[in-house]
Amino acid sequence: MRKIKFGVVVFPGSNCDHDAYYATKKIMKQDAEFLWHKELDLKGSDVVILPGGFSYGDYLRTGAIAQLSPIMEKVKEFASTGGIVIGICNGFQVLCESGLLPGVLLQNESLKFVCEDTLLKVENKNTIFTNKIDKEFLTIPIAHGDGNYFADDKTIEELEKNNQIVFRYQDTNPNGSIKNIAGIINKEGNVLGMMPHPERCADTIISNGEGSEIFNSVISNLLK
Amino acid sequence: MFKVTVIVKRRPKILDPQGKAVEQGAKLLGFNNVLNTRIGKYIEFNINTDSEEDATKEVKEFCEKLLSNPIMEDYEYRLERE
Repeated sequence: MRKIKFGVVVFPGSNCDHDAYYATKKIMKQDAEFLWHKELDLKGSDVVILPGGFSYGDYLRTGAIAQLSPIMEKVKEFASTGGIVIGICNGFQVLCESGLLPGVLLQNESLKFVCEDTLLKVENKNTIFTNKIDKEFLTIPIAHGDGNYFADDKTIEELEKNNQIVFRYQDTNPNGSIKNIAGIINKEGNVLGMMPHPERCADTIISNGEGSEIFNSVISNLLK
Repeated sequence: MFKVTVIVKRRPKILDPQGKAVEQGAKLLGFNNVLNTRIGKYIEFNINTDSEEDATKEVKEFCEKLLSNPIMEDYEYRLERE
């Protein structure tokens, strides 16, 4: 059977790259390969993952320098032709800085680094990332100090209108993000950015396994 | 050659939790008149050109493309010929 190839970008300071690789290769049983940020080749990836971490030490602003890495030119090209891109945590911050997603991630309102499970409402099930998810809610952990999503009123209005808000924090908002936003897609629907870490809860041996639902949705859509 | 100093500030409407925390510290020290504390960034560098026009253009672009994010920040700069 054909396998989907996940390319996991590695920036200096990425630290969830191995989790993303493990989740896609060992749990989802697809192909996966690391892509060093200085490379100019996505090596035939069907899906590109920008993983969590602290690329370039979060210097200046989170994601600000990583978005200038050579591979990001290729990621932008890939995304502009409909390629599927998933940015998780620091990856989401990189996507915002690169302009592939609108808005920005500010420092948590509490000033604290928050590491805990969050209950997410799957707001839009009509995306390649979510249309195979049966559940209304997913429990997925977060681990960040800068996850407070912000955009101007006009952008938020557009996100709402186009159903680009895919995940919202349900019971408590852990970081102060506007409209409880936890994850969004671009207008075209092929780029997802989310603060929670699905790759950290894809394996039932160590967690609830619910993160695998997002990867499963992408894989099922691509294998269709 | 120009010496350039840039100050990057959060836009007025954007919450600044660091500024808030520092202001709490100020109150604890008894500085009760301290208000509206905001924390920004100070950046300095040189621009290697003799043309003020070229230097200004480059500084503005640098500020807009990297040093600040216009969604949440404003910037100010100063040029000094060296």
